[in-house]
Amino acid sequence: MELFLMIILVLMILGSLYSLNATDLLSAVISYGIVGFGLVIAFLLLQAPDLAIVQVVVEVATLIIMIATIKNTQNKIPKVELKPKIAVYYALTLIAALIFVIIFDKATGCLSQFGADTTRMAQAYIEGASHTKSANLVTGVVFDFRAYDTLGEATVLFTAVIGVLTILRIKGKKEEK
Amino acid sequence: MKGMTVIVKKITQIMAPVIFLFGFYIIIHGHLTPGGGFAGGVVMAGSFILLILANGTILPKLRREEEGMELLESAAIFGFLVLAGLGLLFSGTVVFFGNFIEKGVVGKLLSAGFIPIENLVVGAEVCAAISTIFIALVVFKDEVEK
Repeated sequence: MELFLMIILVLMILGSLYSLNATDLLSAVISYGIVGFGLVIAFLLLQAPDLAIVQVVVEVATLIIMIATIKNTQNKIPKVELKPKIAVYYALTLIAALIFVIIFDKATGCLSQFGADTTRMAQAYIEGASHTKSANLVTGVVFDFRAYDTLGEATVLFTAVIGVLTILRIKGKKEEK
Repeated sequence: MKGMTVIVKKITQIMAPVIFLFGFYIIIHGHLTPGGGFAGGVVMAGSFILLILANGTILPKLRREEEGMELLESAAIFGFLVLAGLGLLFSGTVVFFGNFIEKGVVGKLLSAGFIPIENLVVGAEVCAAISTIFIALVVFKDEVEK
């Protein structure tokens, strides 16, 4: 299963790399969709159907909105000319990547193996969630003793809606004048 | 906003109630099966978006729908806070989000105290929020084109 997960992760990285380098905005958005749908399969493999349902619906809605946006704008990305000192950029990128890999290796080296053991926190969550008498333990956690998180998420959505409405109304009124 | 062809309209009219019902099912079974308020709310919003995209609407009607959705969203998030406050008052210990309704038997539809009510409120909030964003974008496009 871990091998399959690795293949999906590599596919996601390739998709995002292609969407960075694509000259056509539509193909960039669609190849970026590989990342989202690959994440759905990864969630299903890791046995998190709750997240997979949300991810698949949100991904579809986001893709539709992005494609609708692109249809109303210009489709081509203006070419950016790279400066002549291209070797310096490549060298800097290589050094930064090397530093990142070394630090990442140090940081993940002290963690236990991926998914091999349940941590003490997970055990506490399972015991606490069984007291809420909810058959779905995830909902038991999210809506009972971590309901603050849910309140925060709902507030984020509320704020996003207020932001969208504010921006669109100001622009709409300017157009009317 | 103009609608699509007759085939798309007819199929949407058949499918949208089913999608809406599926979202509602996910919400009210949130404490029994995978899913919950967030997932079900997004599915319900999807049915509204499908209807508006396929059938098309006129601007005054859209404005009224936008107002209603905003009202529903604000009321839902206020209801969530009120639930949390009620938990502060009525659960034995003084806890924000204390579960103050009697918990039933595990696996029944009416169980787990106030978790189903919370799921309903959050589902309404998410559904209204995503629909509001979509309708606001459509209204903006129509106003610019006018």
